[in-house]
Amino acid sequence: MQNRPEKLINDGIRLDGRGPDEIRPIKIEAGVLNRADGSCYIEWGGNKVLAAVYGPREAHPRHLQDSRKAIIKYRYNMASFSVEDRKRPGPDRRSVEISKVSRDALAPVLMLEYFPRSSIDIFVEILQADAGTRTTGITAASVALADAGIPMKNLVSAISVGKADGEVILDLIREEDNYGEADMPVAMITETGDITLLQMDGRITGEEFIKALNFAKKGCESVYKLQRRSLIEKYEKSCSD
Amino acid sequence: MSEDILSEVRRDYIYRLIKNGDRIGGRKADEYRDVSVEKGIIVRAEGSARVKIGNTDVLAGIKAQIGEPFLDTPDKGVIITNAELVPLASPSFEAGPPDENGVELARVVDKGIRGSHAIELEKLCLDAGSKVWIIFIDIHILDHDGNLIDASALASMAALTNTTLPYIRYEVGEEDEALLIKDTPIATTCADIGGEIVFDPCLDEENASNIELTVTTNANGDISGIQKRGTGKIPFEDISQIVDSSRRLAGELRKKL
Repeated sequence: MQNRPEKLINDGIRLDGRGPDEIRPIKIEAGVLNRADGSCYIEWGGNKVLAAVYGPREAHPRHLQDSRKAIIKYRYNMASFSVEDRKRPGPDRRSVEISKVSRDALAPVLMLEYFPRSSIDIFVEILQADAGTRTTGITAASVALADAGIPMKNLVSAISVGKADGEVILDLIREEDNYGEADMPVAMITETGDITLLQMDGRITGEEFIKALNFAKKGCESVYKLQRRSLIEKYEKSCSD
Repeated sequence: MSEDILSEVRRDYIYRLIKNGDRIGGRKADEYRDVSVEKGIIVRAEGSARVKIGNTDVLAGIKAQIGEPFLDTPDKGVIITNAELVPLASPSFEAGPPDENGVELARVVDKGIRGSHAIELEKLCLDAGSKVWIIFIDIHILDHDGNLIDASALASMAALTNTTLPYIRYEVGEEDEALLIKDTPIATTCADIGGEIVFDPCLDEENASNIELTVTTNANGDISGIQKRGTGKIPFEDISQIVDSSRRLAGELRKKL
């Protein structure tokens, strides 16, 4: 692994030239896979993430079925080549936890009671990682769910905030994540401001926490616009074909 | 099936109680059950503590070993946290490798301690690149009546403050030394039940809720870990008040260490 850069933030300018509350370039495309019922591809800074949705379909094994509503399965999976040191394939403790909190982050917007005994399966593949993969994954999964036509109350947008070199920053890159003081992934229903995922790793003061939360809200507003646009673009394209 | 119906009735009861400003056991919304901390009860362990919060019963044991550091942190010791939801604690726990709840529990406790820098990992280094202390925090859930995270985090912290590193046994020093603890991160958990926030939810209350928020705070008020759990959502404006309450309640729990 490379060494820690001497400074992560120089006069308010970050290693990649951004200010504290700026986000990286994001490109979202809906409906990129043929077999899946819904899908989405995102390039977010150095992250490349694919999400696919299957279902609602019969839940297997049967003992998992809920007679009142659909269950959600969420699999966050990092490709072995997505990070500098090869990641051993298969689930580890980190990905088990991320899958759980991501599933719970999307649950509030899904109208699960329409599909008793069925399962909505969400698969997120991290092809290239550069910090913020779980929030990129949730953002992609949300678009893929809408693309699959699953009834939803709203979209969920996600972004990470944190602290590096003593400053609260939005949308961390890898160096800031590795050498910074704190990392806080947030997912929210942007239109209502309700928070559906909140985790914090590291150490911050109460004041910094509030500032970070407000940065996250601002970030989610930008992400939300891009999510919406990706869905509209897909249908515009299919109309003109 | 009858269990489902029973739990539905129970959920309704809890919900109505809380809506009326009441709670099982007559507790206030921000009141913990009785908390007891008993340290040093396992003599074979380097440190140990048993914590009871109401009927929830958790035992944490610390073992230390000499091992190799991680490649990317050659001059730092290692902390490994593991939680076992052993089947004797609840009819819903099964033997076998930890499921996602066990993994999450261990990781939330681990991150709270790690984030606070309560243990200086550099001080656990014996020979950079080859020999460091590896501290295992093992959490055994003995009886499950809700709020496992707070009990586990408190038991882990109590066990760490009670830990002696066995320098003599590993022949790396003349004298055993107490593990140096620089801060006391405390986890506090609240549940949202029908829009009302209650701290230290018991099992029935957890079953009636679909959101829990765990906030780990330190002696000076800094936050060193947050985890939202459950399928619900939290209004943006509620968060800062929850964090303030967490900090205050953590202050009370810290006195038990």
